[in-house]
Amino acid sequence: MGYKCLAKDKFSELVEKFTKEQDVFAPIAQGLEVKWSLIDDPSKILFDFKNTSMSPKGLFFPQTECLFEFNNNKDAEDAFILKETSPLVKKRTLLNIRPCDARAFSILDKVFMKDEDSLDVYWKDKRDKTILIGLACTNPCSTCFCTQVNSSPFGEDGLDVLMIDLGDKVVLKDVTDKGEEILKGLEDASDEDIKKVEELKKEAESKINANLSMDNILSREVLEVYEDPFWDRLYETCLNCGACTFYCPTCHCFDIQDETKGDYGRRVRNWDTCMSWLFTQHASGHNPRGTKKHRVRQRFMHKFKYMPIKLDGDIGCVGCGRCIQVCPVNIDVRDVIKNMNK
Amino acid sequence: MKNPYKPYPVRIKRIEIATEDKSLRTFEFEFINKEDANKFNYMPGQFAELSIPGYGESPIGIASSPTEGENLLFTVFRIGKVTTKLHSMREGEVMGVRGPLGHPYPLGELEGKNIVIIAGGYAVTTLRSTMVWLLHPDNRSRYGKITFIYGARTPGLLLYHDQWRQWQKRDDVDCYITIDREVEGWDGLVGFVPTITEKVSPDPENSVAIICGPPVMIKFTQPVLDKLGWKGEQIIMSLENRMKCGIGICGRCNVGPYYVCKDGPVFTKAELDRLPKEY
Ligand SMILES: Cc1cc2nc3c(=O)[nH]c(=O)nc-3n(C[C@H](O)[C@H](O)[C@H](O)COP(=O)(O)OP(=O)(O)OC[C@H]3O[C@@H](n4cnc5c(N)ncnc54)[C@H](O)[C@@H]3O)c2cc1C
Ligand code: SF4
Ligand code: SF4
Ligand code: FES
Repeated sequence: MGYKCLAKDKFSELVEKFTKEQDVFAPIAQGLEVKWSLIDDPSKILFDFKNTSMSPKGLFFPQTECLFEFNNNKDAEDAFILKETSPLVKKRTLLNIRPCDARAFSILDKVFMKDEDSLDVYWKDKRDKTILIGLACTNPCSTCFCTQVNSSPFGEDGLDVLMIDLGDKVVLKDVTDKGEEILKGLEDASDEDIKKVEELKKEAESKINANLSMDNILSREVLEVYEDPFWDRLYETCLNCGACTFYCPTCHCFDIQDETKGDYGRRVRNWDTCMSWLFTQHASGHNPRGTKKHRVRQRFMHKFKYMPIKLDGDIGCVGCGRCIQVCPVNIDVRDVIKNMNK
Repeated sequence: MKNPYKPYPVRIKRIEIATEDKSLRTFEFEFINKEDANKFNYMPGQFAELSIPGYGESPIGIASSPTEGENLLFTVFRIGKVTTKLHSMREGEVMGVRGPLGHPYPLGELEGKNIVIIAGGYAVTTLRSTMVWLLHPDNRSRYGKITFIYGARTPGLLLYHDQWRQWQKRDDVDCYITIDREVEGWDGLVGFVPTITEKVSPDPENSVAIICGPPVMIKFTQPVLDKLGWKGEQIIMSLENRMKCGIGICGRCNVGPYYVCKDGPVFTKAELDRLPKEY
């Protein structure tokens, strides 16, 4: 274990080593946006960017994912027998993933792979076959607050390797055994480089000036937080558009639907959102979360109160700030946390 | 690795129109692969997703008891997409069952206690399972007094006539079957479930009540039990929320931090009193 170092002009060689046998994904510039893409040309890989507009969760939990296929012809011998879709053929590497987004995956592992009876095989397959090489943030956004939710711009949780950009070179730190394997043969980083990394880390952390406490949220009774009058003010402006939930790296609600066309049929899961009234509507018409207030409150209660209860204290937010950036009516999760923490 | 989304293939062995208005049918399924029947280990109170490729899945309480053999019984109300399709299916057709899901009633913990079952309408399904299980010769002696109170609007809307008529003949069960209003030809009890419960006035001493029914029934039965001195810890209920995954992942069926599918559907009243009323 330790810090290694690689000159930037050699970086492409490292990437090509992967692309030979694997699918490599990384953020690249597309128009005004930075998006996750399959990499065919390593020179497109970005080092100077804030974060991708959409989180990379779709690479493990696609927006639409086929779970089963079936023959929809009732006279066929295999009519209506569900056949599992095949697992990933190729291994994958995600390059330059931000620490917050990587951490979201280790939180979601606890949701998708809770125990043997509820082990999501589709999630596990992709997780098992993917290596995560992170890129530390040296220049966080004004909306970032990872340091307030148990992470850091240099956080390692969920990563196999953490990279730090030093301009003409990168410093690489192995986090897991898989990471150590990848870095084998690379030159050790100098003491000077390591010192620089420490400085950059301190500097990056100090740029995040949010000051949030969660202690009271965790200790208050569920009903006390749930019934707090501040929700009445908060929900009014929300449009229930669901943008926050689609952009959020830890939001993971889904719907399951069957689709048929002629003799072909499939069962798919699609991203869903707790902001939709249909999400909880019973067939009878009764709706346990029938109002906008119920639904807005659910999103935040889930992340900051329910998930910690269920996931050994893990908060369902990594402080990436995407929901703050995309909300059309400026609902700010930091403001919500402050109110929940009264 | 077991895929928790994959149903076991089953064949519809028998279909019975369960109520006179034909809104409910009881389906008996047999597993197409014998070894699947062994894997499907369940207890009263659990449910399963009935899966019809091309239409989708619906969570339905298991109405049979494991003491009745390998086939499964479900009684289904026709209301939406999947349940309407199911009502149009015939004996012999093939579909899927995914489960068992959720936690059963804590029958193990209830040994030595008196059990009062209060049911209204078609929410009685998993309570049929419970009664059959409790009254089985292997189990009956481990429990105290058993009281069964069950009501529906009319005699024709009462489910499981054959079963409760047998239970009425036994001397080790107090069985009260009631309908809302008098009708010709009915010589049994008349009155709403809460009223009958008040007349029966079950003693809370060393007892547990399991209550399933429509919200109004629960709303009016509660004060009756309160007056008799029942505590929240002694009252067991089963919740229904809209579901998809059935295994605590898709995020829709929660009541507070708990997923009805994975942590429920069985909760005590005391537990529910500490949670938002999102059910
Ligand atoms: C634990 C549990 C036990 C149940 N037991 C029974 C039973 O024994 N008999 C019975 O008739 N009904 C039971 N229900 C209710 C039954 O699941 C719904 O009536 C049924 O899902 C409606 O499906 P649909 O496709 O016909 O309706 P649609 O309105 O077309 O619904 C579409 C989909 O939404 C979901 N959905 C809609 N309403 C509900 C609901 N109330 N609960 C859960 N999911 C819903 C299902 O995934 C359904 O396939 C139970 C529900 C739960 C949660
Ligand atoms: S809740 Fe907002 S800040 Fe937190 S992880 Fe989701 S999108 Fe990022
Ligand atoms: S993005 Fe904003 S307006 Fe849209 S659902 Fe989320 S909080 Fe509401
Ligand atoms: S049905 Fe998916 S979480 Fe309960």
